[in-house]
Amino acid sequence: MVEKVYADAASALDGLLFDGMTLAAGGFGLCGIPETLIDEIARSAVRDLTIISNNAGVDDYGLGLLLRSKQVSKMISSYVGENKEFERQYLSGELELEFNPQGTLAERIRAGGAGIPAFFTQTGARTLVSEGKEERLFDGKPYILETSLRADVALVKAWKGDTHGNLVFRKSARNFNPVVAACGKVTVAEVEEIVPVGTLDPDQVHTSGIYVQRLILAAKNEKRIEKRTTREGAA
Amino acid sequence: MPWTREELAARAAAELRDGYFVNLGIGIPTLVANYIAPGVDVTLQSENGMLGLGPFPTESQVDADIINAGKQTITELDRTSYVSSAESFAMIRGGHIDLSVLGAMEVAENGDLANWMVPGRMIKGPGGAMDLVSGVRRIIVLMDHRAKDGTPKFRRRCSLPLTGANVVDLLITDMAMFERPDRQSPFMLREVAPGVSLEELRAATEADFLIQGAFA
Repeated sequence: MVEKVYADAASALDGLLFDGMTLAAGGFGLCGIPETLIDEIARSAVRDLTIISNNAGVDDYGLGLLLRSKQVSKMISSYVGENKEFERQYLSGELELEFNPQGTLAERIRAGGAGIPAFFTQTGARTLVSEGKEERLFDGKPYILETSLRADVALVKAWKGDTHGNLVFRKSARNFNPVVAACGKVTVAEVEEIVPVGTLDPDQVHTSGIYVQRLILAAKNEKRIEKRTTREGAA
Repeated sequence: MPWTREELAARAAAELRDGYFVNLGIGIPTLVANYIAPGVDVTLQSENGMLGLGPFPTESQVDADIINAGKQTITELDRTSYVSSAESFAMIRGGHIDLSVLGAMEVAENGDLANWMVPGRMIKGPGGAMDLVSGVRRIIVLMDHRAKDGTPKFRRRCSLPLTGANVVDLLITDMAMFERPDRQSPFMLREVAPGVSLEELRAATEADFLIQGAFA
């Protein structure tokens, strides 16, 4: 059996990183981000990264760390509002930014993993997003051609993973992680708990082990909350 | 007296029907959830992959893995299910969501909506707004009638880059409510906030709209 479980983030990423590469990272906001693996990339010397991720973290956490260390040259994202360093680098021209409607981003990543080179969507038709893209009418309505996305390395966070790489996500931390897992030429998963094969219910696996080549136990599960909103009352 | 934020939210909530699946945008639209009438069973969807949103948690219920699209901590309901972002937008794009309530910078008389960027300023990105307006069956917009400098926001044509072309069905501002029966029709004045005269409304509005019945 191929050994997928690595001792730590450094060994799991060993040999995978190179300058100018494209990374994809799961997560929505700060929820479900591969924080252990991102920290390790921030420690590495790799630079000139293109990163596919819905958001760009915050200044001192998540992908914001890679922006701070100037390892990123381009972001492919849908919303980047929470990051001052991002704003500074973007406005000074150091950082290239490709905005996608969020559903288009998710579908481009999904299509990449599913072997579909492009697809038509109504989202963004006849807006700035459609500039330079082919438009076609279906049933009289305009649709635009969007191309798929693949990554050299995909990074995901899951709740549980077995030694075969089968993953289970937890609640809304699932978000982009399943599609990101499938879009990587190599996918590295960090999980909160590694379990033996045979212990996950096969009917409840969210991402099959075929998509995961390397697996580590997450060293960091800070799970920072971006907007802690509560109400009064007993639990 | 123009309508308050809470009154805007309550007016939008009155459009919700029993059994609806609804996506609420960030800001004032989020308040709509507080005004859903008793007996009207609505399931809220959040584009980060949660269907069946519960209220904010108590301090001891906070779970970092349960957030809405505004990144706020929330809770589950008995009916809650989770899906990936791709599946979540399949629901949205595929026309499975009955209604969405969004904020706006500008709305045009032809139903165009602009709510994601101002050229020359830092752009945060469209997020899920473009997908929502392209796929959700009915779009309600809540916004101030005028910008802070007094400029009308309900316009002949949007001056800002569009989020979607011809997508708005119902517009509720602090001064009035405008509706159209379908996306080929012009907007019709449906209600005016108490104490706002038709002359004031016209002066504060650039868009053309129809006036019928009690207002004529």
